[in-house]
Amino acid sequence: MVCWDPRIEEMPKADLERMQYKLLKSLVYRLYSFSPFYHDRMKEQKVHPDDIKELSDVKKLPFMFKRDLRDGYPDKIFTASQEDLVRYHVSSGTTGKPTVVGYTQNDIDLWTTSLARALTSAGLGRGDVIQVSYGYGLFTGGLGLHYGAERIGATVLPTSVGNTERQIELMQDLGSTAIACTPSYLLHMGEVAEKMGISIKNDTKLRTGILGAEPWTEGMRNRMQDWLGIKAYDIYGTSELSGPMFTDCAEQKGIHIWSDIALTEIIDPKTEEPVGPGEKGELTITILKKEALPMIRYRIGDITSIDDSVCPCGRTHPRIQRITGRVDDMLIIRGINVFPSQVEYALMGIQEVGQHFQIVVERKGALDDMLVRVELNKEAFSDKITDIMHIRQKVEHRLRNSLNVMADVELVEPGSLPRFEGKSKKVIDKRSL
Amino acid sequence: MDTQKFIIRQISIFSENRPGRLAAIAHALGEEKINILAFSIAEANGFGVVRALVDHPEKAHDKLQSLGFNVAFTDVIAVQMRDQPGGLYDVAKILGDAGINIEYSYAYSGKDGAVLILRVDQVEDAVKKIRNSGATLIERTVFH
Repeated sequence: MVCWDPRIEEMPKADLERMQYKLLKSLVYRLYSFSPFYHDRMKEQKVHPDDIKELSDVKKLPFMFKRDLRDGYPDKIFTASQEDLVRYHVSSGTTGKPTVVGYTQNDIDLWTTSLARALTSAGLGRGDVIQVSYGYGLFTGGLGLHYGAERIGATVLPTSVGNTERQIELMQDLGSTAIACTPSYLLHMGEVAEKMGISIKNDTKLRTGILGAEPWTEGMRNRMQDWLGIKAYDIYGTSELSGPMFTDCAEQKGIHIWSDIALTEIIDPKTEEPVGPGEKGELTITILKKEALPMIRYRIGDITSIDDSVCPCGRTHPRIQRITGRVDDMLIIRGINVFPSQVEYALMGIQEVGQHFQIVVERKGALDDMLVRVELNKEAFSDKITDIMHIRQKVEHRLRNSLNVMADVELVEPGSLPRFEGKSKKVIDKRSL
Repeated sequence: MDTQKFIIRQISIFSENRPGRLAAIAHALGEEKINILAFSIAEANGFGVVRALVDHPEKAHDKLQSLGFNVAFTDVIAVQMRDQPGGLYDVAKILGDAGINIEYSYAYSGKDGAVLILRVDQVEDAVKKIRNSGATLIERTVFH
């Protein structure tokens, strides 16, 4: 087994936990002293840093949620000043307001180290050509993988998303051995390649896929491995934690969460108590070393379980299993998080359509297709087809701007969308994984 | 010249493009004993607009609106045509020569001859020009 950092990766569990306790303790003291936001939260919870006497005392600490970042927009809860930041990333929020994550140089280094370990554990290193087909820019996927891949000495081909035929040509011409993208984009690429008369399995050097940013299954893994002749690895992370940070190792038996970087808990989302060993619940992560935007007991909203046994690869760090669902109504469309509340927020400003809506998600070919159905208001109906087309374009434009993903719009008759009492079911997800 | 008596109230109905919508509209009008004199469907991607001349436009409007339909009134005019080869050409040439632009149009051929229904930009101006050109406009009272 090749490790990026064997001393840490093979450290006995007891030592890892001691390390986690020390890191947690100093993190909590630092935040209690220097973060007004976290200080107030701990006071509300009636917990003092002195109450953290062992690792399991983490459960005394208050949770953090996505809404804390949204309410703190853009940088109210940062614990580093702007001069100490080297980068921002921005992701979409749940109500149209984005969330901003700031990074110090140490934060970038931590993220990069985490990925360097992960990519190494997936068998990549010097000599590999890694095609990064995640979006570059405000989204964390592109730049995150880029830095991680460079750190392990691989050659990066920063293709970003789109222009699939050119991506396939470059994959052939420059001999990409690995690709990092969403699983659905890789499926799409395989289909486009076949139309071009190219078999990724036989006509390229591609052997590894680092795939994530959307849910996928063991079935998809097997299919892609057979069809494309690669080993497909799952990658996990969210922008609030830094970005994509963790992957499967070569054993493909779960995603190693580096214990010196992150403390994982699985809790029952209703009782907020820890679930039993190996049971499913909501993944809750504390990043132990973040500087600019510390995350304590962050409720990501993903449902999974943890395998805490030593991995056959020899690494002692716990592994999360496949994400099987969400505790909220978040959708992932082409790798982008979409909340129905964002759609609601975008529609609020448009007088020509009503407030009721329905989201229909389908997979057309390999790619997700999102349709938003809205009711055309009585006052907006004019008998002229072009006027109605304009209204539709306006809604499409507004949605695209606030969701960062394309949505088709269908105008329907007023009163025709279902009204729901209580918990609304506004989403029809026809994708079968 | 009283142009108003040639301006006819058409009802326009927004409709989703799915089976059964026309039947729902027609059933509602039938129930109210409203007769449809002329009728067309304009189709766009995913939706349509049903347009009709009826004998009781107000009643039709209120009935359809009470059922939740998006209904609007639109002013149109109706031009008499010869129900013979070349009949449409005669009228179209008059409109073209008079510089009248047609937004949309549909036609029917009944027992009293053929009629071309027109939606135009400047309806009052169009009425004058068409009458000056020698074509026959049908009065509103013929329909409702």
